[in-house]
Amino acid sequence: MTAQHWTDLLVLGAGPAGASAALAAAEHGMDVVLLDEAADAGGQVFRAPPKSFVVANGKRIDPDFHIGASLRDRLAASRVRKVFERRVWFVAPGFKVSTFGPEGLEFWTAKSVVVASGTYERVVPMPGWTLPGVIGLGAATILLKSQQALPGETTVVAGCGPLVAAVAVGILKAGGKVGAVIDAASPGDWARALPSMAVRPDLLLRGLGWVGRIRLAGVPLLFRHAVVEVRGGDSVTEIMARPVDNQWRPRWDVPARAFQCDALAIGHGLVPAVELTRLLGAEHEFAAERGGWVPKVDEDCRTSEPCLYAAGDCTGISGAAPALLQGRLAGLTAALDDDRMAPEAFAQETSALRRKLQRARTFGAASARLMTPSPGLLDTVTPDTVVCRCEDVTRREIEAAFEAGAADLNQVKAWTRCGMGPCQGRMCGDTAAALAALRLGGREAVGPWTARTPIRPVPMETLIGEYDYEDIPKPAPARR
Amino acid sequence: MYDALVIGGGIMGCTTALHLARGGMRVAVIERRGLCMEASGVNAGTLSLQIKRKELMPYALKGWELWKTASDWLGDGVGFHQLGGLTLAFTDDEAELLENKMRERAEAGAPIEFVHRDRAREIEPGLSNHPVLASFCPLDGYAQSNEIGRAYRAALIGAGVQVFERSTVSSIEKIGANFAVTFGGNTKQARRLTLAGGAWLGRLGALLGVELPVEYRVNQVSVTERIRPILRTIIGVVSDPLSTKEGPALGTSLVGTLTLKQSSNGTVLIGGGWQGIGDLDRGGYQIRPEYLIGNLRQAHYAIPALADARVARTWCGVEGHVPDFMPLAGPIPGVENAFVVGCCRGGFTIGPYLGRILAQRILGQEPEMPLFDPGRFAPAPLVDSVGAGRP
Repeated sequence: MTAQHWTDLLVLGAGPAGASAALAAAEHGMDVVLLDEAADAGGQVFRAPPKSFVVANGKRIDPDFHIGASLRDRLAASRVRKVFERRVWFVAPGFKVSTFGPEGLEFWTAKSVVVASGTYERVVPMPGWTLPGVIGLGAATILLKSQQALPGETTVVAGCGPLVAAVAVGILKAGGKVGAVIDAASPGDWARALPSMAVRPDLLLRGLGWVGRIRLAGVPLLFRHAVVEVRGGDSVTEIMARPVDNQWRPRWDVPARAFQCDALAIGHGLVPAVELTRLLGAEHEFAAERGGWVPKVDEDCRTSEPCLYAAGDCTGISGAAPALLQGRLAGLTAALDDDRMAPEAFAQETSALRRKLQRARTFGAASARLMTPSPGLLDTVTPDTVVCRCEDVTRREIEAAFEAGAADLNQVKAWTRCGMGPCQGRMCGDTAAALAALRLGGREAVGPWTARTPIRPVPMETLIGEYDYEDIPKPAPARR
Repeated sequence: MYDALVIGGGIMGCTTALHLARGGMRVAVIERRGLCMEASGVNAGTLSLQIKRKELMPYALKGWELWKTASDWLGDGVGFHQLGGLTLAFTDDEAELLENKMRERAEAGAPIEFVHRDRAREIEPGLSNHPVLASFCPLDGYAQSNEIGRAYRAALIGAGVQVFERSTVSSIEKIGANFAVTFGGNTKQARRLTLAGGAWLGRLGALLGVELPVEYRVNQVSVTERIRPILRTIIGVVSDPLSTKEGPALGTSLVGTLTLKQSSNGTVLIGGGWQGIGDLDRGGYQIRPEYLIGNLRQAHYAIPALADARVARTWCGVEGHVPDFMPLAGPIPGVENAFVVGCCRGGFTIGPYLGRILAQRILGQEPEMPLFDPGRFAPAPLVDSVGAGRP
């Protein structure tokens, strides 16, 4: 029999935003269920090490290690019901949620929901990017922090945003070799971000330390360059890099530089994961500088749907520090709206929180801007480059759909199968939309893909469970 | 000024427009979204004669033939595959129902034969040992419904039809003998008008001042990831789509039946009309997980190897219907030169043929087969003549 659970507040995602929201709401007497895919709370940045690992030197490898550990300690001491290793595959207004995991299929009903679903990686494709050995910067971070593994013997680290240097330094610290660091931004772009980043001198210094460390290790550091091709037979053996112009368009007139490597860690920022808020009917808006489509939220984290809140990077890329604060705000708002808190207490408790959030966001916004690829980078997606790797759809096929008259993203999907695979467009959606926007005049005009259930592919065996023929509802057959 | 405007760019509207243009008319299609983006393009693409009602079998055979020859008249094969299909009965009661239903449908012209379990498992090695009886039709197959919008768009434009997509019609007025249709900031006039808005036909009829008793169902469809070949036929289960003696008629039942097939790309499509939740005006559909599970159990009961697959996606399509679940195809009573086509159970298979015979009527020819009088529900026009006396 499939398990059914009830709760006051369901928090979807146990990263910094979700965990903080759960703690805040539980402090004020709400019954809270905190759900996550991972084995423990922490999300990507504050990810817990696998239970089979003993981390003797967590702090050395990951300076944020203690923040995650303390979050997990507070959760352990709280009344929050922590339900991990659960994948959410179904959500519906009202609120009904279904998960699968070690207990099989489970259904959850809640009065309120906080969505803290975080982000996924954006990789602007280039020829060869589907070869084994190519991983995202976020994936490289997980390998380093959680698995304490290196992506390869020699890794080229490329893309844009603070994760490029962070991953390169992570590899060096772990004893790995970095073949080159290739950043699409110029030193000037970084310099422009400095004043905003100065609100967090600790992080700014950490970033500057990264650059020093890369230089010290003698790693070639190429600013305003992009990887334009990944080469290799069965896996990566070499990448080609070219300078880019101020729109990040590769300079095809300048000779390419080759770097030998057996791994490429590449990423071009993060995209908010909004399938849950979409399926729950919240209104969304497009905000390029915050990563893409985001749910509209008020200053207290309320979405357009009653009792549905959103916090953290799924409301716009801002980083882990603001997510901790915004999550707490969402949890308090849920408690307020559920009459667990007096408005005066809410105002008092949130005023300092809002000030801190404001400061944290200044840094986060500067960092997010550095992660936003300029449109010229799409030139690395040559006609024969695969855009949708689940369904093997190339840019040429997508462009052919536009030529044939496709005028929104759902039409491109129907005609090319781009985005129809098991990742449901999480990998290709942003690129396909950016290509469409070039033709059709802007991301708003192109629209987003319709979010579909299941949010993650679900094993058929899990859904059908044990059953007898009589357990299948049927229309009563007529007897003649 | 057009000779004909078609409102609704699904299979029936597009086919009507295509034949009108080929018959020499100046035609435009006005579509709320993109061509074939609702039921026409999101249904499971099943072309099965075994799930067609006997009254519609001659039309279904014609429609099937049209999909088979789509590259000739549509300019694109749209992935037509003829796999043969099995309809299964798992209990003795179901076997009796299967015999009754399929005998009727065979008499109506579908080449259906009965096969026992062992023969069925020769035809379909992936079959479980649960069926007690099966019927087989060698014509059953499928087409790639998601590709047809592209095919129709190219064909319409090639035939000189003007296509207005992302264009929601806000009013229909009669100006003299002409219809004036307004959408967005545009107004187009034509001597003839065809409403082909599928589930939205009731709303379109209201704009014209006529009552079309159209309701709708929200059909769930699921697809697995690509997997190794596990079945090679179209699988269905017996049900009585218009059961009246006992239990709810499927027309109102939330519980569907089964259509199951593996596409050439390795994905397995599972449908059958299990009901999700949808709202025509707000848009957006929700699946009902309990019915998804029921539908999947049905599929798995027939093809056990499905247990290894993962469900990649589910979605819904809205299918319009009228009280007798028969199509609408013909002149709208009381409004000269206005026509309607739609609301056909099994519309993916039959739709292109309904569009063709309606176009014959509009072009002043004798339709190859009888049309389906939209006036049979005797809806008096809301007003004496269109546009007159309305606010």
